[in-house]
Order: sequence, then C-alpha cells, then structure tokens
Amino acid sequence: MAEIRTAHRVAVVALSAVLAGGVLAACGSTSNKNGGSSSNPAGGSAGSSSGGASGAVKQGLKVYFIPKDTQNPYEVLADKGGQKALSELGGSVTVSSGTTDTAAAQQPSIQAAIQAHADAIVIAANDPAALCPSLNTAARQGIQIVAFDSDIQCGSNPNHLFINQADTKTIGTSEVDLLAKQINSQGEIAILSAAASATNQNAWIKYMKEQLKKYPKMKLVSTVYGNDDPATSLTVLQGLLSAYPNLKGIISPTTVGISTAAQYLDTHKDVAKRVTLTGLGLPSEMRKYVTDGTVQSFELWNPSDLGYLAGYAAASLASGTPMQAGSTFQSGSLNKTYTMQQGDGELSVVLGPPTVFDKTNIDQFNF
Amino acid sequence: MSAVTVPKADGGVVLTLLRAREIGIALLIALVVLVTALHNSHFVDSNSVQQLLSGAALIALLGVGETLVIITRNVDLSVGSVLGLSAYVVGDLFKYHHIPVWSGFVIGTLVGVAAGTLNGFIVTALRVPSLVVTLGMLYVIRGIDGVIVNGDRIDPESIPNAFTAVGYRTLFGIPWLAIIVAVLVAVAGFAMRSFRASRDLYAIGSNPDAAALAGVPIQRRVFSAFLISGTLAGFAGALFLALHTQIDNSGGIGYELSVVAAVVVGGVAIFGGSGTVVGAALGALLLNTINQALVASRISAFWNQAIAGALLLAAIAFDRWLSLRVTKSLRSAEGAHREL
Amino acid sequence: MSSDLATPATRKDASAAKSSGAREPVWRRAARWETGLVAVLIGVLLWASIKSPTFTDPSTAFYFGVNTGYIAVMALPMTFVVMTGEIDLSVASMLGLSASMVGYLWHHGWNIWAAFAVALLVGVVGGALNGVLVARFGLPSIAVTIGTLTLFRGLAEVLLGSLTIPTIGDRQFPQWLTNIGVNSIPGTQVSWSMLIFIVLAVIFGVVLHLMPLGRAMVAVGLQPEAAQFAGIRVKRMKFWLFVLSGLMSAFAGILVTLQQASVSYNVGNGLELTVVAIVLFGGVSIFGGRGTILGVVLSVAIVGSLQMALTQLNVSSDKQNIVTGVLLLISVIVPNGGEALRRAREFVRRRAAHEPG
Repeated sequence: MAEIRTAHRVAVVALSAVLAGGVLAACGSTSNKNGGSSSNPAGGSAGSSSGGASGAVKQGLKVYFIPKDTQNPYEVLADKGGQKALSELGGSVTVSSGTTDTAAAQQPSIQAAIQAHADAIVIAANDPAALCPSLNTAARQGIQIVAFDSDIQCGSNPNHLFINQADTKTIGTSEVDLLAKQINSQGEIAILSAAASATNQNAWIKYMKEQLKKYPKMKLVSTVYGNDDPATSLTVLQGLLSAYPNLKGIISPTTVGISTAAQYLDTHKDVAKRVTLTGLGLPSEMRKYVTDGTVQSFELWNPSDLGYLAGYAAASLASGTPMQAGSTFQSGSLNKTYTMQQGDGELSVVLGPPTVFDKTNIDQFNF
Repeated sequence: MSAVTVPKADGGVVLTLLRAREIGIALLIALVVLVTALHNSHFVDSNSVQQLLSGAALIALLGVGETLVIITRNVDLSVGSVLGLSAYVVGDLFKYHHIPVWSGFVIGTLVGVAAGTLNGFIVTALRVPSLVVTLGMLYVIRGIDGVIVNGDRIDPESIPNAFTAVGYRTLFGIPWLAIIVAVLVAVAGFAMRSFRASRDLYAIGSNPDAAALAGVPIQRRVFSAFLISGTLAGFAGALFLALHTQIDNSGGIGYELSVVAAVVVGGVAIFGGSGTVVGAALGALLLNTINQALVASRISAFWNQAIAGALLLAAIAFDRWLSLRVTKSLRSAEGAHREL
Repeated sequence: MSSDLATPATRKDASAAKSSGAREPVWRRAARWETGLVAVLIGVLLWASIKSPTFTDPSTAFYFGVNTGYIAVMALPMTFVVMTGEIDLSVASMLGLSASMVGYLWHHGWNIWAAFAVALLVGVVGGALNGVLVARFGLPSIAVTIGTLTLFRGLAEVLLGSLTIPTIGDRQFPQWLTNIGVNSIPGTQVSWSMLIFIVLAVIFGVVLHLMPLGRAMVAVGLQPEAAQFAGIRVKRMKFWLFVLSGLMSAFAGILVTLQQASVSYNVGNGLELTVVAIVLFGGVSIFGGRGTILGVVLSVAIVGSLQMALTQLNVSSDKQNIVTGVLLLISVIVPNGGEALRRAREFVRRRAAHEPG
C-alpha cells in the first residue's frame, strides 16, 4: 500500500511536470515566427532630404507593435503594414498583445518590449491613460513611443507621437457631412458606437457633435454602444429603430457596427428605404452592401498604410529624429515627407484625408 | 436546496407547477413588451418583434443543451468557444473551399459533436468536475480558434446567399432562425417529457445515489448531455455565421455566462434535478427582450447593464420565492392528504 | 468495471474523495498536489530561464508583481468562498465598481483617502448583497454572482460612462501613491502589490490552517449539514465570506487604480475566470472542503511567471490561452487520473490473484 502511495505521488509529480513541459515546449517551438527580421537594405530614400531630421535610419531596429488585440482584423492589417516598413528599413517587428481589448492584457507586452530593449513601441491603446505609467518607464529607458489607431492621453509622461489615421476633427466632421449630403441635411440621426470607453470613438463623436451645429435641421437623438459585438450591435440597433421611428440616418464609426447595421438594412428593405447608413468600414466587408445599393458611401483609410507609416515614424524617431513639432521623416512607398505637428496639445502626424468609398471606387480596394 | 426532490412522486402536480413556472416567465415577457409598447408602439412592429425573436434564438438554442447538462448537476462553460470555433471553421470552408451550403450546417454541427464528445469523455470517464473541465475547454478551444483564424476574417461576400438566407428570411413574418430554434426546443421539450433516458437526467440531478441504486447508467446519460450540448453549440455556430454573415475569432465570446443566466432565469435549478428546456428558451427571450426594451425606451445606454443585472437578480430571487411557495403548498397539500 | 461505471458523476465522486480523505489527513492529500505544483514551478522557472534571455532580468520579478499582485489579492477570499462550496463570479466587476467609485469621487474633488474609504464600503455593501442572497435566501451563488457581475459592472458604467479619470481638467492621482505601479519596494524587485499579497496570504493561511475558523470552513465545505449540527453557523459564515470577498475585490480595485494612475469603467473586465482558474489550479476543490493557501500561492507564481515567460518569448496570446486551459485540465485530471490508475492497477492485481500461475 505504502509502495503504491509513493508510486502515486511520484506519478502525479512526474505527470504534471511532463504535461506542463510538453505544453511549454510545444509553444516554444513556434515562438519565433513573428520576428521576421529581414536584412533588406533601406529602400532608396535613406538619404536625408528631410528638414530637421538627422539622416539615415539605423539598421537592425527592434520595434514592438502592440495592437488592441492580436486578432482584430483591422489591426492585423496595420501590423502587417508595420512589418513591411521595418523590413524595408532593415529592422524587425514583434507583434505582441492579448486576446481581449483591455489595458491589462497589453501591459505584459510593454514590459516585454522594455526588457528586450526595443527601440520603439507602436501601440493602439485599449485605454487612454491606464498604460501611461508603463509607457513612461519605457520612454525613460530610451524607447520611442508611437501611438496609432487609438491614442493615449499621458500629457508629457511620456512624450509620444500619435499617428493619426486622418485628422480626428476631419473624421468627425466629414462623417456628418457625408450623412448630411445623403439625407438633405435634415432629420433625426443616431450614432452606433463601439464600447462606451473607446477613446477614438469618443474623440470622433465629440467633433461630430460640433459639426452638427452647422446643420440645425439635423438632430442627434441618441448614441448607443454595440461593444463591437455583432449580436449586441443588432439588439441595440433594433432598439434604436423602435425608439426613434423617424430616424433618418445612422453614423457608425466602427467597422463591426457599420457592417452589422448594413447587413440589417440589406435584409430589411423597408427600413433601408428611410434610414441612411454611413460611418467607418472596411471596403471588403462593405462591398456587398455598396454594390447592391444598401449603403451609398462610407469612409476609411488604408489600415495597412497606417501601420506602414507608424513603422517609418518609429524607425525615424529611433534613429535620432527629435520628437518635436517640425521634425520630418520619409515614408517609403507612401512617397511623402511627413512633418510632426503640435495640435490639441500633442504631437501628431496625419496619414492623409480618409478615402470615401462608393459604387464607383469600392472595387479598387481589397482590404 | 434539495427539498425539491421530495414531491417527485406526485408527477401530475409537479408538471402543472413546472408549466405554471413557464407561464410565469411568459407573462413576464408579455409584461415587459406591454410596458414598453405603451411607451412606444413601435416596439411591437414586425421588425422589432422579429429581432426580439432572432436575437434570442442562439442563446435559446445553446440554452437547450445547457439545460440538459445543468439538470444532471453539471455545467458546460465551453459553449461560447465552441460556437466561435464552429462559425469560423464553416466560414473558412466557404471562403477557401467553396463547400456546398448544406454542408456548412453539417460541418458546424460536427465541430460541436467533437467538442461535446471531448467534454463528455473527460467529465465522465475521468470523473472530473465539469465546471473546471469546461472552463479549461473554454480557454483551450478559444485558443485553438485563434490559432486557426490567425488574424483572418471571413467577409459577407464569401458566404453563399442561400446560407445567409437562413439568418434573415422569414416565414409568415417569423424569422427562419426563430422557427428552427423553436422546433428544436419543442422536440427537446417533448423528448425530455417522454423518454425514459431523459427522465434519467432528472433522476441523476435530484439524487445521484438513488439514481445509481435504481440502475440508471449515470455516466452514459451525463455523457449524452454533454454531447448534445456540444452538438447544439456547433450547430448554433453555423447559425451565428448565417445571421451575422461574417466572422473573425471573436464569435461567441462571453456567451457562456449569458446562456447560464438565461437558463437560470428560465427556472432551471443550478443544482440539477429540475427545469425545462422551454423555460430556458423563454429565459433567453426574456433577457433579450429586456435589453432591446431598454434601448427602445430611450433609457441612457450607460444604464443598460446595471438594469439588466438588477433584473437578473430579481428573476433569480423571484424564482426562489416561487419554488419555496410551491414546496410549502405541496407540503400542506400532502399534510391535508394524510389528515384525510 | 461495472461497479466503477455505476458511481455517479460528480457530487458522489466528491463525497467519495471526501470519505477517503477522512481515512488519511486532508493536509496530506493536499500536500501531494502542492509537491506537484512546486515541481511544476521549478520546471517553469528553469525552462523560462533557459529559453528566455530576459526572464532572469531582475525587472521580471517586479513586473510579475505588478501584473499578478492585484489579481492574486482576489484569489485569497475566493479560496475561502470556494472552500465552503460556493463561488463568487462578481469579483472582477466589484474591482471595476470600486475603481470607478474612486475615479468618480476623485473627479468630483474628493480627498483620495475618503474616496478609498467609500470604495471599500462599496465592496462591503456589494459583498453583503451577494451574502444575503446566497446565505439568507439560499440562492445558488453561481447564479447570484453572475447577476451581480452584470449589476456591478453596469453600475461602474453608470458612474463613469465614457470618461477616463483623470480626464481633462482633473487633478492627477497623488504621485507617491501611483508610484506603486512603476517603482518597486526600495532595495528589492518586489512590487508593493505583491508584498501586500504575500502579507495577506500569510494572514489567510494562518486563519485557514491554524485557527478554529479555518477548520470550520473546511467542515462546512465537506459536510454542510454535519457542520450545522456541530454548532457552526454556516449561513453567517458564508455571509461574511462574501463580504470579505467584496471588500478584498474593492481593495484590488484601489490597487489597480493606483498602478495604472487612472480608471475607466471596464477595468478588470473578464478577470473573474482568471481568478477562479488560479484558485482551482492551486488545488482547491470546486466542491469545497479541500485546498490550501500555499497551493494558491504556488498557483499564482506558476501562472504569473508563465505569462511573463510566454510574453517575453512572444508566444501568441491565443497559445497562452491554450496553456491556461490545459493547466486547468491538468489540475483536475492528474489527481483523478492517478486515482483511476490505481483503480486500474488494483483491478489487474485482483485479476492476477484469481488466475492461477
């Protein structure tokens, strides 16, 4: 009996160790896939035509891309753009984040970047402020901080550069303009947003409200939150339609929201007749609805270009370009010199005006 | 807690009471609809009612399987992950392999069968508490889903129209989705009342020792419950894809708690032994109705979750109060019987 | 074989385990699991040190503390709650509500200590709500706390909505307090939240293993009716354990607010399952009555250092999820698997004894 008991104990210990070891080994063997460093020489433009910048981009830069989560399709496109940029510049990108859109899930990735002595962190923040302390620690160790997609609000702790997909104000105002054009600038409208705490959404909504002052006959009756979950989005959308039977337009500045709403309108032609939908969407998700006329137009930028630009900006900063207004840097195949600007109390560059997609051009875009 | 097992013998009365409980939930739904409609008549127009039904359909379907599992004193927390994996696998096959429409439903269901078999095997053959097993499987399956998806996304244009039609077509104004789920609920409800095997589930949940003594093949029955739960979750994944017409790795995240909530609100005892699939389906309908009604009543979106939580607690408490009263009245009825 | 199949699935197994536990001291059964955990921990640490060039970096210890300290704080009262056969799924929402309350009051100009006090009070009240519904009204805790999970998070959303505190125009949180998120205890690499966890773990361990109260909890988890007859006030105990759980979760909310120097209503979203996973992997039985604080502490160390190592090695978070799930499965299959193995061996031996030669 005692024998068996000892044997049992040994078995338990050994088995747990072996199982755990097995799992870890299995993971370890596939761990280095994302690194993808490349030794391509810097593409063409390494010479310094840039104004205040300090010349060529360094080789072998290590940049951490920390998206909202590792699977968000939009962010995946942006990360790929960043990887393309760094491979052109002879550096490498590590993509690291959690599976849920929380600040806590991004924290370990920032720490890993600090410990790996990364040259720059490019982050799409899940929370405007919660990551500031760790990012500040990173900055004090000489890591350049770049934000994209969703900005951080850390004041000067740390200083950072925001790669704005399009001017925040322009996004807000242009969506209102886009909708106004389609509903003759009058009627009740509503916003279908992502989560109530989403920084970028709230910033755009703020400017939408300001722009709406120019359209006295358009009235924003409600903002609802679909949490970027299709089922929740559908439920709140239907609630919205019941609550405001005279609703004329919906702006959904989030890809999940707009595609869910588009699918709803597509299958409810009676509603589609009176309600116009616009917002921010991916052309590949929206093509079906634009082609069949459910949605007239919506806008977005190329997420891959956004990541690409962020990659170039990060590389440039890590190579000595000062983080200050007026600094310039090259942007590879975007063929443009970007200048950092001080606006709204923070340093940013703007990718460019958003692209408006409609029947005439949507087939040219495949993201 | 397990006082409910006593009046088992009195089948007729119990059945009536269970039915009364379902009627109670149905009345509650009617009340919510009525109050909201008095404020806003558009809450009951056809589009809105259709969304009430199809919005609840998937949770209701998952609730059927969950009910069977919970009745046996177990729980299946992996349903949301199974749904997500199934939906993505089907979407992936549509996009890259152009499989025929019908096979989408079959394959989705098979994914569920596999997951249900695995859950059932671990719980019954290895005798491991199901809460822990299915919590582990929640993580494992979601992780596998993520590895397969690898940042990809299936767009609406990749999915055949005949497939998505199931998600939005209506028959006499009732969404197909709701009809399919209603039929499955009805079949399951009938089966739960008519077959010996399904009555075994109640026996296992009310008193495992007694069930074992009575010769109920406990492991086999519990295994079946997990198999059915997984199967329905897989099928629900295909329906999810048909309804939402696109999928990445986030399908069904957090559904496990919604399903358990719906089932509990629907009057299924979390410690097993009592409850019906119809009740669970009505529970799902009630929760979805409440969510939609809050928006339709123009209540600030920030209040949604708080009110939903308070109502959930109220429903659980009300249910307990009801069952206490039932037990009491049964006891006094029994007492009266004896006196006679 | 047939007799094995006839044993009921879950509760019965637990009671079977309990009765065999009665034959041999509970602590010895548990000690086995902890031996396994120690082995796993050593394995993880060795593996991580070899594989990850930055794992041996001193800052790893600090980051480990910052990332897991506040979660671990919630695992302690959860251990007590699970020991008595209940569960509290509302902990992460209570963390969010408490943090949001601090943020809300700070936004409205309150003193930080007053805000903390109110947040802790909110934790007590929320825990008492759980406690009343479970202990007083006899409602199943899994159902009740799914309800309060939704309610608490909803109230947090009502308080802060789309605001992140400090928002534009707000004061910053006092820096000497928020420094706990960036600075370790001077002269060490231990984070303040980890120190707090360790101190609390010692207290919880003493209460559970050395005091009558702890023995009463074990008794309640093993045999609620018997415990009741033995004079233990089961309902009152459960009530206070839920209050404790609410209070500690609220405290974790304060910790995370300070560490992040800010708060949004969705802070800690989804952590409830992480906390439950830590407790279960620590060897605490989901049916109550069995488990040790040492096991939970080891579990925290394993889960936390695995996360550090896997992130350093850039193992995708999906694969990390798989690891978490597999660990959970191991935590229940291995002990039971050992039992199954023994059963099988005894079966074979009996066979061999019957057959000649």
